[in-house]
Amino acid sequence: MSDLKHLPLQSMHEEAGARFGTFAGWRMPLAYPAGVLKEHLHTREKAGVFDISHMRLFGIEGSQTAAFLNRVCPLDAELLETGTSKYTMLLNDEAGIIDDLIVTRLDAERFIIVANAGNAAKDEVHLRAAADGFDIRIQSLDRVLIAVQGPEAESILINAGLDLSDLTFMTVSEPHGHWFASRSGYTGEDGFEIALPIDEAQGFVERVLADDRAMWVGLGARDSLRLEAGLCLHGQDIDETTDPATAALLWAIPKAVREKGAFIGAPAFKRILSEGLAEKRVGLVPEGRQPVRAGAILLNEGGEPVGRVTSGGFGPSVGHPISMAYVARAFSQPGSSLIADVRGKPVSMRVHPLPFTPHRYRKG
Amino acid sequence: MSKTYFTEDHEWMRVEGGTATIGITEYAQEQLGDLVFVELPQSGTALKKGDMAVVVESVKAASDVYAPVDGKVIEVNDALTGEPSLVNSSPLSEGWLWKMALSDESQLDGLMDEDAYKASVA
Repeated sequence: MSDLKHLPLQSMHEEAGARFGTFAGWRMPLAYPAGVLKEHLHTREKAGVFDISHMRLFGIEGSQTAAFLNRVCPLDAELLETGTSKYTMLLNDEAGIIDDLIVTRLDAERFIIVANAGNAAKDEVHLRAAADGFDIRIQSLDRVLIAVQGPEAESILINAGLDLSDLTFMTVSEPHGHWFASRSGYTGEDGFEIALPIDEAQGFVERVLADDRAMWVGLGARDSLRLEAGLCLHGQDIDETTDPATAALLWAIPKAVREKGAFIGAPAFKRILSEGLAEKRVGLVPEGRQPVRAGAILLNEGGEPVGRVTSGGFGPSVGHPISMAYVARAFSQPGSSLIADVRGKPVSMRVHPLPFTPHRYRKG
Repeated sequence: MSKTYFTEDHEWMRVEGGTATIGITEYAQEQLGDLVFVELPQSGTALKKGDMAVVVESVKAASDVYAPVDGKVIEVNDALTGEPSLVNSSPLSEGWLWKMALSDESQLDGLMDEDAYKASVA
C-alpha cells in the first residue's frame, strides 16, 4: 500500500524494537519487545506511553463555533466551560454514530476536536458540509499526539518538565505555544493526552521515556486496556448503524439536549427512544479460559441468535477473557446467560456490568 | 533415534518410531506474543495434512496450527490448559501441543530439517 501513512516518530519506534501493523491506513506500532501482556499490566501499575498521532485534531474557531457544535453533536457547547472537554459524537440523520470524539473548549470562540484516524476524512467532509452558513473556520492540525496513561503519569510528566498537576479529568491546558494537554485517555486509568508540534516531539518523548517508570505501549495493549475499561472502538463496537442509546452511550447526551433536539439526527433519536430499544451494548464474561472474539454469534438456550460479539479478547488485569456485545433487550441485564458459537463450539457467557476494571480517573 | 522436522507454518515435529510430537517454533511464539489460551484436539481425531489441529490465542488474536502430515491424535498436552504460557517459555519441549500416530511417513520427505528452517526465517 503506497499511501500508508507513517508516524512522525516512526524511527523512535523502530529503535525501540516495535512490531508494526496497519491500522486505519497508518503504519502503527502493535507491540514492543516487552509484549502486549506486560505493556498492558505496566500501564495499570505504573505508566504506558502511547503514540496516537494517527488520531486527527481539528481546530474550530469563529463567533458561531458553539452553535455549530450544537448542530453537529448532541451537545450543549454553550455550557462547556473554557478548559474543559466532553465525550460526544457526530451523528447522521438516522442518529447513527459517524464518529465518537472529544470536544474541548479552549476559549469562548475556539474549540478543538479529537477524531478517530479511520474516520477523520469522512468527519472532515461531514463537518465542512454542516458548516455552511455558520461563521466558523475548520482547520486540521498537524501535531504529534502522545498519551501517558497510568497512576505514575502525572509524576513522570513533572520529571519530564511538564507539570499538569492542576488538571482534573476532562480538563485541559495549553502549556506552550501550539501545545494542548488534557487529562483524559482510553485506558480507564488516570493519564494525559498531549498534542505538540512535530519538531518538539522527539525531545519531549525522550524526556518522558528517560523515566524508567515509563514504557512504550502499542496498539495491542491499547485495545485490551480500553476493552477492560468498557470503552467503545468505533468501527467495531459502534458505527453508523448504531445509535447512542443502543450503544449504551446515553449518559453522554444531556437530557436537555435530547429534549431541545437541535442536533443532526435528533428527530430520529427521539423516535428511537420513544419506540424502545431492540438491543443494547453489554459486557460479557465467558465461562472458562477461551476468549470469545468479535464476530461470534450469541444464542439463547433454544439455539436462536439473540446477539453478536463486537470486541473480545483476554483481559490481562482481570485475568480472564472478556467481550463486548450487542444483545436483545431481554438478555441485557447483568447475570443473563447466553451461548457463544466459537468456531462451532458452544461457550457459555454471562452478561457483566461495564467496565470490567474500575475507572481510576482523577476527578475534581 | 528421533528426527525433528520443520514446516513453513513454523511448526516443529519430532518423529520417533511412527509417532510425532508437534509444537510451534521459537520464531512462531515470538510472533504470536503471550498466549492466554490453547484449544487442543480430542484424542482419537484423525487429521489430514493441512487440517486445523490447534488454535493458539494471544491477548489480541487467535491463530490456527495445522497438521503437518496425516495422522491420528494420540495425546494432547493437558498442561497447556492451566498454563498456556508454557508455549512461550518452552516452545520446543514443555510447550509441545499434541502427539499423533503417523499414517503416511512418506509425507515427511516434503518437510524441512532444522538448518533449512533456520535459513528460511533468517
